[in-house]
Amino acid sequence: MQINKQKMFSMYKTMLTIRRFEERVAKLYASGSITGAVHLYTGEEAIAAGVCTNLRPDDYITSTHRGHGHLIAKGGKLNLMMAELFQKKTGYCKGKGGSMHICDMSLGIIGSNGIVGAGLVISVGAGQTCKTNGKGQVCVCFFGDGAANRGTFHEGINMASIWKLPIVFVCENNYYGISGCQREMMNICNISDRAKSYGIPGLTAEGNDVLAVYNATAEAVERARSGGGPTLLEFRTWRHRGHWEGDPDEWRKKEEHEMWLKKEPIGNFSKFLIENKHATKEEIAQIEDEVISELVEAINYAKESPSVSTDQLYEDVYFKG
Amino acid sequence: MRQITYRDALREAIEFEMRRDPRIFLAGEDAGMMGGANFVTKASFDEFGPTRIKDTPISETAIIGLAVGSAVTGLRPVVEITFMDFMGVCMDEVANQAAKMRYMFGGKAKLPLVIRTVNGAGNRTAAQHSQSLEAWLTHIPGLKVVMPSTPENAKGLFFSAVRDDNPVVFVENRMLYNMKGDCPEGEYIVPMGKAEVVCQGKDVTIISYSKTIHTSLSAANLLHKDGINAEVIDLQTLVPLDKSTILASIKKTGKVVIVHEAVKTSGFGAEIAAIIADEAFSFLKSPIKRVTAPDTPIPYAAKLEDEFIPDENKIINAVKSIY
Repeated sequence: MQINKQKMFSMYKTMLTIRRFEERVAKLYASGSITGAVHLYTGEEAIAAGVCTNLRPDDYITSTHRGHGHLIAKGGKLNLMMAELFQKKTGYCKGKGGSMHICDMSLGIIGSNGIVGAGLVISVGAGQTCKTNGKGQVCVCFFGDGAANRGTFHEGINMASIWKLPIVFVCENNYYGISGCQREMMNICNISDRAKSYGIPGLTAEGNDVLAVYNATAEAVERARSGGGPTLLEFRTWRHRGHWEGDPDEWRKKEEHEMWLKKEPIGNFSKFLIENKHATKEEIAQIEDEVISELVEAINYAKESPSVSTDQLYEDVYFKG
Repeated sequence: MRQITYRDALREAIEFEMRRDPRIFLAGEDAGMMGGANFVTKASFDEFGPTRIKDTPISETAIIGLAVGSAVTGLRPVVEITFMDFMGVCMDEVANQAAKMRYMFGGKAKLPLVIRTVNGAGNRTAAQHSQSLEAWLTHIPGLKVVMPSTPENAKGLFFSAVRDDNPVVFVENRMLYNMKGDCPEGEYIVPMGKAEVVCQGKDVTIISYSKTIHTSLSAANLLHKDGINAEVIDLQTLVPLDKSTILASIKKTGKVVIVHEAVKTSGFGAEIAAIIADEAFSFLKSPIKRVTAPDTPIPYAAKLEDEFIPDENKIINAVKSIY
C-alpha cells in the first residue's frame, strides 16, 4: 500500500513524541515528581502510531495500563496528560485517575484501564454504538499477550464476531506479562491463530515496523468500516523497560532483550526514511526539535498548574443532572 | 385503579421508554423471543426486533462490558443478568468499570446504563439461583441500587432508573413477577432515593424492601390485632438511601426491626442499624433488631428453604422481644 510522505512524517513524529514523553516521565518518576503506578510503552511505539494513523477523530479506542502511546497516537494532549501525572487539577482526570485511567471522550479515547483485558468487552459496547450510529465509525481495542488469556478475550471477541461489530482487536504481544512468558502461558505461538475459532480474520505481523503495522491495520479498519466485522491483529514487539517503573526486570533473558533493542522501531524508521529519500536529516532533526519544544511546554504547564484540592475527593462519584 | 402484575408493570415501563428514546436497547441471555428468563419482555420482541432487543451468548462479562462501552459512547443500554447469583461472573465490569469510570475519568464520562437482575428465594432453586446479594453492590460507590416491591413502584422506579445518567442495578424479585397490584397507566416517576411509608404506626418501625415488604405488612396486620401499631417503611432504593424517612420514623416510635431476605452478616440491615445508632441513638427505647436469613447458603428442600426465608412469625417475635 502506498503511504504518502505526510503520513510517514506524522507517524514518525507520533512515535518520537511517545518516546520523548516517556523518557521524561521515567526521569520525573525517578526524581519523585511523578508517583504511583506507571507502565511505559517504550519500544512499542510503532504499534500505536501505525494503528491510530488509520483512525478518524470519531473512532474509538480502548487502551490498557500501558496507555501513554495509545493516547498520544489518538491525539491526546501532552499538557493534560502530564498535568494528570503531576496530580494536578488541570489534568485529564483532574488528578483522580493517574497514568492508568487517562481518557479523552472528545477524541474517542474510552480510557486506559487498570484491569488487564477489560477493554476486550468494553470495546464490544463501543462497537455496538458505532454500528448503531451507522456512520462508518470503528473501535480499536488494544490489549497485550497476557490479556489474551483472560475470559474477556473469549467473551468479547465471540460477541463481536456474531454481531459483526466494527472492531479491530490489536494484540501487542511483547512476550511477557511481568515475569510470565507467553510460551509458558499458552500452548500456541501465534495469538492471532485464535481468530479461527471465532470465524474472523487473524494476522500476525512485525510490530516494530510501523509501515507493516499501518498496512495490516488499514485492511482491518476498512473491513470493519464496510460492515465486514472484527479482525484480530497480533503485533510482535518488546518493551524496553520493566513492566512498571521500579520493576527489577530480572525475569526476561538478556539475549532476548539485546536482540530486540536492535529492532528498535524509531531509529530504524528514521534510517528508512532517510535511506529511501522520504526525508532529509534536517527534516528528521526538525521533527525532534518540534517534539522537544511541545514537551517542554507540556511539562511547564503541568508544573505551573494548580494542585488538586481536597474537596475534589467527593466530586464526580455520581452524575448529578 | 386497574391491577396488573409486577411483570407487566415492568414491561410497560420498558416498552414506553424504548418508544420514547431510540438510544435504549435491551440485551441479555434469552432476552429476544423469550423475553428474558422470566419472560418480562416476551411480548416486546415483535415490536422492537433483534436490533433493539439483543439475545446474547452466555457471557455475563461481555454483557456488562457491552453496557459500559455503549453507555459511555452515547447509547442507553438496559441489560439483564439472569440471576443475581451470576453477578460474581461479571463483577469486574460492574465494580471496577461501570461504577468507577466517571470518577476515575475526573467526571468526563457518563454511564447511563441499567442492569436488571433477579433475586429471591422460594422457588426451590437452591444456593446458586436465589440469593439476595444487594450488599455486594451497595458497598461500591458509583452504583445506584433499586429493589422494587410492587407493580406500581417497579414501573415508576424503572422510569427513573433508565432516565438516570448513572449505572443503576435494578433488582427484581422473582417471587413477585406474578403478583398483581394497583398500577397507573402510562408514564409516571417514582424517584430513586425516596422511601415510602406503606403503613403508618406509632409503636415500632419495621424497615424493609423488595419481597419482605409484604411479609412485614402481613406481620404488621397481625401485630395490630395485638394492639401494636407498626409503621412499615419500604426503602425502594438502597443507594441513594432515604435516611430522613427512616430517622423521622425512629424519632416517632423509638423502636426498630429491620427485615431482609439477604443473610445477616454484613447485610444491608447492618448499615441501616449503624445509621440509626449513629444519628438517632437518643431516640431509641430498645435495641435495634434484625430479622434476616441465617448465615447459610440457600438449601433446596422446601422445608429447609422455608426455614431460611424470614416469615411473619420471626418479625412478630422480634417486635415483641422489644415491646
